[in-house]
Amino acid sequence: MDNNQNDLPHLGLLAEYETPEALLSASEKVRDGGYKRWDTHTPFPVHGIDEAMGIKPTILPWIVLGAGATGTCTALLLQWWSNAVAYPFLISGKPLFSWIPAFPITFELTVLFAGVTTLFAMLGLNRLPQLHHPLFEVKRFARATQDRFFLAIDSADPLFNDSSARALLEGTGASAIEEVPNMGASKTPPMWLLQIAVVLAFASFVPLGVIYSAWENTTDKPAWHFVWDMDFQESYRTGEKVPLFADGMAMRPEIPGTVATGELHQNTEYYAGKTADGSLIGTAPVAVDAALLARGQQRFAIYCTPCHGDSGYGDGIVQRRAQKLISIGGANGWVSPTNITTDAIGGQTDGQIFNSITEGVRTMPAYGSQIPVGDRWAIVLYVRALQRAANATIDDVPAANRGGL
Amino acid sequence: MSSQYDLQILQEIEDPTIRPKLIMGESTTYASLDNDVIGIIEGFTQKTSIVWYLMIGATLSVLTMLGGIVAYLIATGVGIWGNQSPVFWGWPIVNFVFWVGIAHAGTLISAILFLLKQDWRTSINRFAEAMTIFAVCCAGLFPGIHVGRMWVVYWLFPIPNQMEMWPNFRSPLLWDVFAVGTYATISLLFWYMGLIPDLATIRDRATTKLRQGLYAVFSMGWTGSSRHWHRYEKAYLILAGLATPLVLSVHTVVSFDFAVAQLPGWHTTIFPPYFVAGAIFSGFAMVNTLIIPIRSIFKLQHIVTLRHLEVMNKVILATGSMVGYAYAMEFFIAWYSGNPYERFVFENRAFGNYAWAYWTMVSCNVIFPQLFWIKKIRRSVPAMLCVCILVNVGMWFERFVITVSSLSRDFLPGSWNYFKPTVFDYLTFLGSFGLFFTLFLLFVRFLPMIAISEVKGILYKQNHTGH
Repeated sequence: MDNNQNDLPHLGLLAEYETPEALLSASEKVRDGGYKRWDTHTPFPVHGIDEAMGIKPTILPWIVLGAGATGTCTALLLQWWSNAVAYPFLISGKPLFSWIPAFPITFELTVLFAGVTTLFAMLGLNRLPQLHHPLFEVKRFARATQDRFFLAIDSADPLFNDSSARALLEGTGASAIEEVPNMGASKTPPMWLLQIAVVLAFASFVPLGVIYSAWENTTDKPAWHFVWDMDFQESYRTGEKVPLFADGMAMRPEIPGTVATGELHQNTEYYAGKTADGSLIGTAPVAVDAALLARGQQRFAIYCTPCHGDSGYGDGIVQRRAQKLISIGGANGWVSPTNITTDAIGGQTDGQIFNSITEGVRTMPAYGSQIPVGDRWAIVLYVRALQRAANATIDDVPAANRGGL
Repeated sequence: MSSQYDLQILQEIEDPTIRPKLIMGESTTYASLDNDVIGIIEGFTQKTSIVWYLMIGATLSVLTMLGGIVAYLIATGVGIWGNQSPVFWGWPIVNFVFWVGIAHAGTLISAILFLLKQDWRTSINRFAEAMTIFAVCCAGLFPGIHVGRMWVVYWLFPIPNQMEMWPNFRSPLLWDVFAVGTYATISLLFWYMGLIPDLATIRDRATTKLRQGLYAVFSMGWTGSSRHWHRYEKAYLILAGLATPLVLSVHTVVSFDFAVAQLPGWHTTIFPPYFVAGAIFSGFAMVNTLIIPIRSIFKLQHIVTLRHLEVMNKVILATGSMVGYAYAMEFFIAWYSGNPYERFVFENRAFGNYAWAYWTMVSCNVIFPQLFWIKKIRRSVPAMLCVCILVNVGMWFERFVITVSSLSRDFLPGSWNYFKPTVFDYLTFLGSFGLFFTLFLLFVRFLPMIAISEVKGILYKQNHTGH
């Protein structure tokens, strides 16, 4: 039918009704007449017109359901991938992805996808926007959006016959019947409009291209500073002279009597190995057990063995290297590490050994800042164990184990 | 401000055998509805429009001032406001929550009342939806300019960036971006979809080529086809179904901004329902505040009748009582929890440094709306206008009390401070009204204030069901 549309005298018949009731009964007649290509036009949705016209339920809800499900999946994938895979966000040791905090955004994106789809799918199913329609050529039809009810039968309907259709409509009590004029082939947009559209379509890629090239490339030019007083904030550096304070220093001294968190060390025996009057204590102020000795052995291996050697004889790898250098005339001024199993060290009190570790002795550096206080006492105890082992006699070995020696 | 229709309703309402009609006037027809509503737009070439030009001139000046302040803010930093340790969430966030709250009425009226088949919504839904969208615009402004570095505001969105970093999806502030963004989008779509048939009516009544062309483009060639109406109504129902949980979620998420934080006064589970009730409360009050002068200026009293206003007042009374209950419950929980910090915050709220704000809030939000129990006040246009304006004031103070009074007395007494707004705080807030009313005046000028096609459906139903 469509190939000879242009030759038809008119595109169909349009009937006008005063009331929705008249339109409903007319619709039933046209529906029963077997027409397929026809429609009614009303200023507001008329209740019952779907049955009167035989309109089948739309598939719109299923499209929206699909869009909503897509939104749900998009949200979950986005949150899981971006925060657990691409850029893991570790917050207070919580799992990288969990369902409950993902809920709000999942809900919002589901509604967003479904809602946007609802409008656009409705427009798409209705073939809108369609700014030109043959019915707009009928002057009377302007009232279809105001206060009249119209029924239009398309002449392209296979059953359409001018006289029978006209007779059918006349029998429905229409207040007016008009032909829909055939204005010829539908107008095509002018060429220049298409050219502009093509140019704009290509031009729209330019900003994206600029962004992409900026993303891919690096530059050696300095950054742009839009807001100077945020990028370059006035501040004083440590050690700079400032007019604000009497002493002229930017760095403020601690207020007398303040103690930083965790630094209140009133138990001097434990923290410094000294009594309150400053003399070194005799015995370690810790409870000795196998676990503490094992800890001491392990810490000793890390901090002490390089110089003092595994057994404390002062023959660690550094010492052996130094002796090698001395033998070829190097390492001038080298002070050998102490053999800590000798009576000289064995005669020192626990407090004195602790103090040596904490403050350092001769060329031995201070370890107070590197080894926590508990570990220093553990090392002291292990040094005692090494001294005992180095000076042991057969009587120290339990009788049952002597056979293995 | 009372019209003949209002007086008629006041008479009819005393007679139990008569139910006042939703659309009044013996001679009201489909065509007269078009004349009454679209005639406002068409008649604007006349002298009456001088008032409109004066008004939009004023609001545009205020909007321009807002633009200037935002430019100054971007160039200088958020230090121009009174935001100072420990109150870093000052007026900008108060204003954000205030506007978002107002934005809840529109979708509630369009979606929830639609699902509940409340026919009275049709006279005010277009108006309320427009108000919603403009309020969301104002709300969206504040978090945007409050971040300080507006040129990196895209960090809020999950888009690949040069740092290869992603936003933290567990932050309620990010949820807020999604919730308010979705709400703005869906409200706009819902509003636009409702407008399509009415824009087609304006197109078909147009007498000038320009008007016909413009409205033709925006009505997308709507012909009122029943096959189109079928899908349109289904789409409207689906959107209403989607928007109903959405409207409840938005202020819930806004309340998470506070409730998920550890601060006493914020960290409570009552916040989501309490915020949603407050949002509806403030939104309905704003609808009434705006529609009372509008219906009288443009002679729409037979479409937006006293009965509509009374129903709105009942909603305001109900939600106002819920808000009052929430205020009381916060105090009860503070006492019942036995948590000394929580107790302190609430004692401080009622009797401390911001007691003046707290009692302003309580009187405006809890005490004055209770006057609506009295029929005479509920049905008196000047009285209800006063109460509604007070509710708007009270709801701004509610957000101020929650935000500022809690922050100014945080865990560390050493950092306690009293928030002092600067002149820029006042001007930014005033500027947001400039934005709101500019958009509103443009709406009044160019778009139908009443959902005409829906009202026509109600008129038909009213004439054929015999009441």
